[in-house]
Amino acid sequence: MTRETLELFEVFVRPRRGLDHKHVGSLHAQDHAQALEYARDCYTRRGEGVSIWVVRSTDICASQEEDVESFIDPSEDKPYRLATYYRLPDPVDNM
Amino acid sequence: MGGNSDQAELERQFQQRIDDDIKIEPKDWMPDAYRENLIRQISQHAHSEVIGMQPEGNYITRAPSLRRKLILLSKVQDEAGHGLYLYSASETLGISRLELIEALQSGAAKYASIFNYPTQTWGDVGAIGWLVDGAAICNQVSLQRTSYGPYARGMIRICKEESFHQRQGYEIMLALARGSDEQRQMAQDSLNRFYWPALMMFGPHDGESAHSAQSMRWKIKRETNDALRQKFIDQTVPQIEFLGLDHPDRDISWNESRGHYDHGEIDWHEFYSVINGNGHCNRQRLQHHIRAHQEGEWVRDALAAYQEKQRQRDCQDPD
Amino acid sequence: MIDRQDSDDILAYAVRLGDDALVLGQRISEWVSNGPFLEEDIAYANVALDFLGRARMYYRYAADLARDGRDEDHFAYRRNEREFTNLLIYELPRGDFAFSQVRQLFVDLYNTGFLAGLGTSEDPQLAAIAAKTAKETRYHLRRSREWVLRLGDGTRESHSRTQKAVNELWGYTHELFDVDPLEQRLAARGVAVDNRMLRPAWYQAVSRVLDEATLEIPGDDWAVRGGRDGYHTESLGHLLTELQYIHRCYPGCCW
Repeated sequence: MTRETLELFEVFVRPRRGLDHKHVGSLHAQDHAQALEYARDCYTRRGEGVSIWVVRSTDICASQEEDVESFIDPSEDKPYRLATYYRLPDPVDNM
Repeated sequence: MGGNSDQAELERQFQQRIDDDIKIEPKDWMPDAYRENLIRQISQHAHSEVIGMQPEGNYITRAPSLRRKLILLSKVQDEAGHGLYLYSASETLGISRLELIEALQSGAAKYASIFNYPTQTWGDVGAIGWLVDGAAICNQVSLQRTSYGPYARGMIRICKEESFHQRQGYEIMLALARGSDEQRQMAQDSLNRFYWPALMMFGPHDGESAHSAQSMRWKIKRETNDALRQKFIDQTVPQIEFLGLDHPDRDISWNESRGHYDHGEIDWHEFYSVINGNGHCNRQRLQHHIRAHQEGEWVRDALAAYQEKQRQRDCQDPD
Repeated sequence: MIDRQDSDDILAYAVRLGDDALVLGQRISEWVSNGPFLEEDIAYANVALDFLGRARMYYRYAADLARDGRDEDHFAYRRNEREFTNLLIYELPRGDFAFSQVRQLFVDLYNTGFLAGLGTSEDPQLAAIAAKTAKETRYHLRRSREWVLRLGDGTRESHSRTQKAVNELWGYTHELFDVDPLEQRLAARGVAVDNRMLRPAWYQAVSRVLDEATLEIPGDDWAVRGGRDGYHTESLGHLLTELQYIHRCYPGCCW
């Protein structure tokens, strides 16, 4: 009888020009057009954004928790990729 | 054997993360009981927001001024939004909204019992905003630090939006308290009826709360029922005084050594009686939700059918 | 120069536009917690807020012109069925979801033309209200248009409910394009919109949507009129009873 007919969408909002879109939550809708409208009504009631993305939740491909060791951890031993790795002489205080 | 010790090791690592204040995210391993406990708490919270639309919604069409009507409508709309954020957080745990709604409608899932009380007067709309939202905010502020990431983020968003809810309620009370004799009586009457049920919203005393200890260990809850209740009692005393209304608790008195107000005992018999179905609106609230959901079924079916037709049209005509 | 007669006319005009917005805002707000799913509850409440906000803007302007102590709440809460001058289509009970969305489509399309016209009014206040609210209406129309398409071309049940709504509402659309002596006077001075001019574009736009939604346009064999003269359906009295109950119970109180 009752069944889930609507799909789950993830909502991303750009709070201001110049900033990245940020994930803010999800909602149910029939398709992209409707999801975009509901995102506007559900997630920007207080003028929280200047641009909205919606993506079908099932279309998101995510890294897996069990992959963390091979996927994420290896970058941890490359401190030379971070600015804090390099000590500048005091007279040169900003770079 | 190996399986058991693996399990034990995972649980140890999990608890270690919690103890180190590292947030748990949807894809992380978590004990089944943690997941179930979270689903129970978050969905109960979501259902409370959604059912909570009804008692205040009861006054949208009757609000006594246009300004009040707009404020109340925005507030009730926010409750729907907060229900949505919390359903979203629940769905990250692998349960669908439909399952959650079915659990609500069958009575398997609970919502805050405060919404089983009727709103009889306009003063009740003020008292709910001030006291019920006030009590809810005490709880929600502490939940911004809850261990599950999506729940904590939802709470942060909700707290930010809810700051106006309590204020608008207090403003309604203030207008009544400064108004005619009849309005003042209305305010006192609403305060009398909603004060004690608001205290009950924090749940049973810590010793008698079924899920409390484990929830604290997992940092699903961050402060105990009694600690939060005390905070609410303390902050409410001066607010009542400012309104010039009588405090409904005759035993309220400042305790210098504790640094808190001592208060009278809550009527737990009433609390359990209302939870167990004897409130004025228990049946009405669920029936309303079921009716709206059933009446909406043909609309949801139409959406699905339309989309299917669109899909077929796209297939026939790829341009 | 705006003389006394103009000022009274503009006041009456602002009040009737306020009545339109208030009565529809009240009807839409009845959907809160009754929508087909949570997202729609939130979205439709936004539309209700827009109409109620619109009512306040028109009433406040009327209060400014009246300068006799009447305020926005006086116009909303202290007038009776015979004094309300909203068009009848706004007051009809909300019906099922199809009925509400078809009404919404009809009035959103009407308001698209109407507000564009009012935006060029010689009266700067009315023009400013129109400029603000026209943006809202663009969004309302986007929603109502899509709903009518989805419901009309959805299931057999949704199609028949939507066609029934079109048939039941059609006779109330003619009044949207009437112009009474007051509006003629104001239109001649460039203050009011001459609604007669709006019908062709409205009819064309409605036909396009209904056609795409596989719905039929009914015949023009009946038309109900009278809203601007305070000659209403019975439903308005009940709407006002609910709307005004508390306010009238405690006369002279602040809230």
